[in-house]
Amino acid sequence: MLSKREKKLIAEIWEKLTPVAEDIGSDALLRMFASFPGTKTYFSHLDISARSTHLLSHGKKIVLAIAEGAKDISQLTVTLAPLQTLHAYQLRIDPSNFKLFSHCMLVTLACHMGDDFTPVAHAAMDKYLSAFAAVLAEKYR
Amino acid sequence: MVEWSEQERTIITSIFASLDYEDIGPKALSRCLIVYPWTQRYFGAFGNLYNAEAIKTNPNIAAHGIKVLHGLDRAVKNMDNIKATYAELSVLHSEKLHVDPDNFKLLSDCLTIVIAAKMGSSFTPEIQATWQKFLAVVVSALGRQYH
Repeated sequence: MLSKREKKLIAEIWEKLTPVAEDIGSDALLRMFASFPGTKTYFSHLDISARSTHLLSHGKKIVLAIAEGAKDISQLTVTLAPLQTLHAYQLRIDPSNFKLFSHCMLVTLACHMGDDFTPVAHAAMDKYLSAFAAVLAEKYR
Repeated sequence: MVEWSEQERTIITSIFASLDYEDIGPKALSRCLIVYPWTQRYFGAFGNLYNAEAIKTNPNIAAHGIKVLHGLDRAVKNMDNIKATYAELSVLHSEKLHVDPDNFKLLSDCLTIVIAAKMGSSFTPEIQATWQKFLAVVVSALGRQYH
């Protein structure tokens, strides 16, 4: 459960990261592909090497969706409705991979924010990303 | 047996060589207790864990964090035989401390975050992958003697 303060903190962090969405998103993806090679199987149709156009645009897409959700966390199911359908019926990414991506996003944030990624911010972010992933998988079955 | 390339060994040993155990240990353990509050169940005798500030300044937690990091040091010094190195510790965590082995992953994730925050962009995806491999071996070895 996210407190009011945590929701505000999450919204603030993602607002600040929106201008560098490409860098944050592609960094998290690269980390995931390196540490958890099985995740690459979902991207056989794209060029996911470092700094590739596909990687940058895909990373940006993901971060912008996360940032959009952060603006009003209580409305996640509404905001993510189209993405729910996409993931359930077309992409069908096994939801266990959402955890792997979330972990790598936390690492990216830690590298980017250093000491500003406090334990309190980390806890709030982990909770938000878990909630985001859960909503994303809601239409799977 | 786990195979380590020369590069992987270098990555792990140099990360640990760069760490101040007295700083990183407490940071990792306190972060775990804050981010995953249910892990506090194992620390009932450690004093005030009431909120993030209390956890961060708790001297018992700090001392324990340092102990944990020195425990990891043993794996670094015995990378070719982590399973045997940790056999006794695994029995201890299972039989005496009754720690759910899922917790090892939680602490290792928090340690990863602390190191990432410290190393910034020099904690590259490739270095992270090696680091994750090392921690996965450690976590597996610690859970090995649970029956």
